[in-house]
Amino acid sequence: MRISQKFEELKDKNEKALIAYVCAGDPDPDTTPSIVNALVEAGADIIELGLPFSDPVADGPTIQAATCRAIEAGMNTERYFELIKGLEVNVPLICMTYYNLIYRQGSENFVKKCVDAGISGLIIPDLPLHEADELIEICKEKGIDNIFLVAPNTSDQRLDAIGSKSSGFIYVVSKLGVTGEGENISSNVAGLLDKINSNLPKAVGFGISNRKHVEEMVAAGADAVIVGSALVNIIASGDNIIPRLKEITKDLKEGCR
Amino acid sequence: MNHYYGDYGGQYVPEILMPPLQELEEAYEQYKADPEFTSQLNDYLENYAGRSTPLYYAKNMSRKYGLKIYLKREDLVHGGAHKLNNTLGQALLAKFMGKKRLIAETGAGQHGTATAMVGAKLGFETMVYMGSKDVKRQLPNVYRMKLMGTEVVSVDTGSKTMKDAINEALRDWVTNVGDTHYLIGSVVGPYPFPKIVRDFQSVIGREVKEQVMKVEGRYPDSIVACAGGGSNAMGIFYPFLDDEVNLFAVEAGGEKLREDDKIAYHSASLATGEEGILHGARTKVLQNRDGQILESTSVAAGLDYAGVGPELARLSETGRVKPCYITDMEALEAFHELSRLEGIIPALESSHAIAYVMKMADSGILGDTVVINLSGRGDKDLQTIMDMED
Repeated sequence: MRISQKFEELKDKNEKALIAYVCAGDPDPDTTPSIVNALVEAGADIIELGLPFSDPVADGPTIQAATCRAIEAGMNTERYFELIKGLEVNVPLICMTYYNLIYRQGSENFVKKCVDAGISGLIIPDLPLHEADELIEICKEKGIDNIFLVAPNTSDQRLDAIGSKSSGFIYVVSKLGVTGEGENISSNVAGLLDKINSNLPKAVGFGISNRKHVEEMVAAGADAVIVGSALVNIIASGDNIIPRLKEITKDLKEGCR
Repeated sequence: MNHYYGDYGGQYVPEILMPPLQELEEAYEQYKADPEFTSQLNDYLENYAGRSTPLYYAKNMSRKYGLKIYLKREDLVHGGAHKLNNTLGQALLAKFMGKKRLIAETGAGQHGTATAMVGAKLGFETMVYMGSKDVKRQLPNVYRMKLMGTEVVSVDTGSKTMKDAINEALRDWVTNVGDTHYLIGSVVGPYPFPKIVRDFQSVIGREVKEQVMKVEGRYPDSIVACAGGGSNAMGIFYPFLDDEVNLFAVEAGGEKLREDDKIAYHSASLATGEEGILHGARTKVLQNRDGQILESTSVAAGLDYAGVGPELARLSETGRVKPCYITDMEALEAFHELSRLEGIIPALESSHAIAYVMKMADSGILGDTVVINLSGRGDKDLQTIMDMED
């Protein structure tokens, strides 16, 4: 399913999107499908499935540890695509990974595999806009979205460029820092959201871990929220993970309505 | 602005780091020509670091190996390694930019120590990230950093070496971009770091040019330097790029050149790595089929890195610089050889360059006059070596 289609659907229902991140293969490749099913069943609108990289510099300790567990458990690029092909969920799937894994396969080859597996979009946190010309071209040709990030310190000029080159949605980083659960969300997010001059939906991520955060972001003007570390922490605990993931996802989704 | 060396280089970093990279690039271009900046830097290099360092004719070694061997004595720089050339330059730049805090990564601890020195000297709050494996094997440097008021953070993720220390430093920088300068210690990372570090280290090659002319009346046939990230190598090579001088970059061959899916038992990324993206740059990287970064290994903590500077990757691709490697055992042998023959205890990193000259002395490829960059002294490695020889 295309990301734009999902946002259209939600617009009709007057809802914001809940985007859930988990790392493929964490805690092991066999458990990932039931985790994804649970998230979708409980209300996640879009699933961001991490393809683990050994050196995830934009991620904090929670997701870094998940990446390690997944690689240890045998997750690799080939299995990742197989795993995605085997998923039976009717929501857009996004591949979040680091650029070396794409570069290594060759961008064209990688994007083709994404399309074959049913992936709708790519998020690559270490690929800034000005290094991405080739990939943008390929993604456009193959019909998958290239989602770029903007940060609180991104210049107005870059905001405009990213707004015009991104597709699917714009990933708005809520704070200066890496991924991870936070106590409070920056009060400046509303200002940042206002500054982004684009028709694309704006999804806020980094540090969003509970319903209160979600409600604050929706009030600030976000079209979607991205929750990762809060979910990954539940997986890391190994304790009753499916029911707990469902419970938190339902609650987070309530904040989007 | 071209951020590449051929196909290598670039800026593969999270969006948050784009403004500070641009700020750094602009500040560097502005201040490198500023008379106040250059005069302060030159004063520090001369009176604090102790430059210029001698170009020493190693007579005993020359006689034994049948070559004219000169050692560029970067081991005599304050702190015991070439690293201070770059940290003085970058810290002064950070000062001119109004930054309050320095962070750095370190492998062998030499760059960390040099950062601690400039942090103390120029009044910065300083934090150094170091892999926990390196903390254990380089304790004297850890203690030195602490003495100078630097907080040393032991990094326990991944291979627990320099690669992981860089990851942590990048995360810190992403979080504290406003008041913090990331003082990268080698010619690696996103542009403009490879250029800035190379320029500050080029003082080594510029001095060699003058010194060797004075004693030999000509340039040497070969220059040999060890290469992990490659800062001492780029520093001595760069001024000679347009001259007819053979340039050899000696990497760490580790225990032997073999690899499985997670570990390369060496650190020879120029000689054996493949094109990839690591720590913000496209360069030669030790990686598996998928592109996961391999854990590198070397007896020399300062060479134990899965990547290499992008400019060095380019120079190696065009054939201007010849990559080669030396095993741990060969480096150890050279460590003893130089100590015995010349009364100079080299760092294990520099021992790789010495070992290459010993190994190739009879081959004819070095010509007859060779300059070895003695990038650091070996005091920090004594415990490692005593443990190995127990």
